[in-house]
Amino acid sequence: MHHSELIAQLLKVIAAGLLLISFAMLASRRTQQLITLFAWQGAMLFVSTCLVAYSSGLTEMYYSAGLTLLLKVIALPWILHRLIHRLGAQWDSEQLVNVPTTMMAGLALVIFAFGLAQPITSMATTITRHTLGIALAVILLAFLMMITRRKAVTQVIGFLAMENGLFFAATSATYGMPMVIELGIALDLLVGVFILGIFFFQIREQFDSLDLSNLESLKED
Amino acid sequence: MEILMVLGLPLLGAALLAVFGARRFAAELNAGMSLATLIAASFLVLRVIRHGPLLAGHEQFFVDPFNVFLVALTAFVGFTTALFSRPYMRIEEHHGRLNPGRLRLYHSMYQLFMAAMLLALLTNNMGLLWVAMEAATLSTVLLVSLYRTRASLEAAWKYFILCGVGIAQALFGTILLYFAAEKALGRQGMTALLWTHLNAVKGQLEPRVLGLAFVFLLVGYGTKVGLAPLHNWLPDAHAEGPTPVSAVLSGLLLNVALYAVIRCKVLVEGSIGHILPGRMLMTFGLLSAVLGAFFIWRQRDIKRLFGYSSIEHMGIITFAFGLGGPVANFAALLHMTVHSLTKSSIFFTAGHASQTAGTQQMDGIRGLVGISPTIGWGLMLGSLSILGMPPFGVFASEFLILTTAMREHPWTTPFLLIALGVAFAGIFSRVQPMVFGESDAPPLPHSPALLPVFVHLGMVLLLGVYMPAALAEWYRAAARLIG
Repeated sequence: MHHSELIAQLLKVIAAGLLLISFAMLASRRTQQLITLFAWQGAMLFVSTCLVAYSSGLTEMYYSAGLTLLLKVIALPWILHRLIHRLGAQWDSEQLVNVPTTMMAGLALVIFAFGLAQPITSMATTITRHTLGIALAVILLAFLMMITRRKAVTQVIGFLAMENGLFFAATSATYGMPMVIELGIALDLLVGVFILGIFFFQIREQFDSLDLSNLESLKED
Repeated sequence: MEILMVLGLPLLGAALLAVFGARRFAAELNAGMSLATLIAASFLVLRVIRHGPLLAGHEQFFVDPFNVFLVALTAFVGFTTALFSRPYMRIEEHHGRLNPGRLRLYHSMYQLFMAAMLLALLTNNMGLLWVAMEAATLSTVLLVSLYRTRASLEAAWKYFILCGVGIAQALFGTILLYFAAEKALGRQGMTALLWTHLNAVKGQLEPRVLGLAFVFLLVGYGTKVGLAPLHNWLPDAHAEGPTPVSAVLSGLLLNVALYAVIRCKVLVEGSIGHILPGRMLMTFGLLSAVLGAFFIWRQRDIKRLFGYSSIEHMGIITFAFGLGGPVANFAALLHMTVHSLTKSSIFFTAGHASQTAGTQQMDGIRGLVGISPTIGWGLMLGSLSILGMPPFGVFASEFLILTTAMREHPWTTPFLLIALGVAFAGIFSRVQPMVFGESDAPPLPHSPALLPVFVHLGMVLLLGVYMPAALAEWYRAAARLIG
């Protein structure tokens, strides 16, 4: 009994770490730093999935943890690093407008997420149920980041962070989706990042920069 | 077996065209593979007509009256669009907008897109449905940016990000659905997300969870349907991509996304009753119909114009599904069919019209009848059909939707009438000078394939004046299934 108590405590610590990373992403200006933070987020997910797998005794979860490690801690950050090197964008930083306001909005989102998750948390039986609110908060914070940023690479990292939050939500509420579905999602994600990589080059070729403020001409007037 | 063929043939086509897509015969190969898919789909339809609904592949795939007609429609429009694209893409190459590498990408992705949509329609697994919808987005992103112009890159980026975010919401909805299913069915791994299993126990699914799940699923898949206020990607993607892509996006992808929404709605209604989901669909639908119609007035680009018309029509269909009941569902299914046929034929003619005039700006397109009577009359008839003129099938479905709305929710009728009227005036006043009037533009270097246009319009006309009994029975069965 003591054992599972410890694991539950550890999971809560990790969940808190995930939330902290989300806020750090919201405030960080350098692209390279964002990629590192994203890799850390993946690592946290990997550890938490392993812990859940251990405590629930589901071998399937180990596979999904392995998939997380491969894809989100190694492959995607590596691809993104390569990409920004090839694009010469590794030292890019962007002007953030009004960090305090963004942070306040983030806080409000966290409270909203907990409110939304409350009824589901009370029904779930998993060891991780209390972290569902945090998972939802991670999703919403990533969404906020996508809205407030103007650089293409940053938006993609926001998109990937959102997927991390979704994955965390799946493990919190249900011990993960069926394996085939997870493989499918992982494949879609990988292909998506490849396509975006191609895209970055096309955008830079046309606009000489990855700043999305160039991409605002299609509007209703 | 048939299901395997329907899904395998376009995948094979994608692989073949990834190798041979730049050769001279690539366009013929593309059409040939689409024809093979259509034949396989016809066999599937025949089998379902003879033996009724079927489950296959460890229950992972299923065919019932609701999805079988969409499979047939998707395979059919996929084939006719491939026919249309053969001369169209040659002319684009002639005009120097494409090179062999991009043609290869186009042909291969076209087949992959077909495979993804057919998988989304045929799968019984709500998780696989999500994966297939995402795959359908991914395979079309690079098609929207095929011309590599600034505007097309912007459109593709918007498409990717908006639909990506939308589809992420749908994933969260799917997770919630799985959570509720686990509670009712126990932990069963793969089978807990099977639609047929969920449908059998939908009364026991936790209402609070399903209500929340439906919000996420509707917003997520609704983004891909092009429902307002999440429609921003749609006109851009339709206007900036190559015309065959606009035709399949508008004619097929929107339908498939709406299909996903309706599948979810059936499950949710079993748990929380039909009031809340119905009202949500009606609200989103009405808003899209009215907004789409008003935005039609502000358009100068011919493909954007019809992109907004698609938003309006998807809004009307969503509204009809929200009304529910056998008549409204019947009308919605009919409208899905006729809208898909008509809108793709309009994009065919609009594409050739802008090739002839050398611009997509409507001010620059004049006197189409003089240059090519088939293009001109095709566009005119297609527009009349989409505007709901009798005797075309769109009239029949819109009439049914309007009368049902009048009887059950009279307050919605003025909104519907305003949307229809505004769209009518907006589109007709633009199309009329494009079709008639004077022009001195030279004819096209390759003769266009306009047979699909008239086949589509002929079918829409047929559905308007006489509906075959078998087809009507089919729609009724599907309408009952949706509830």
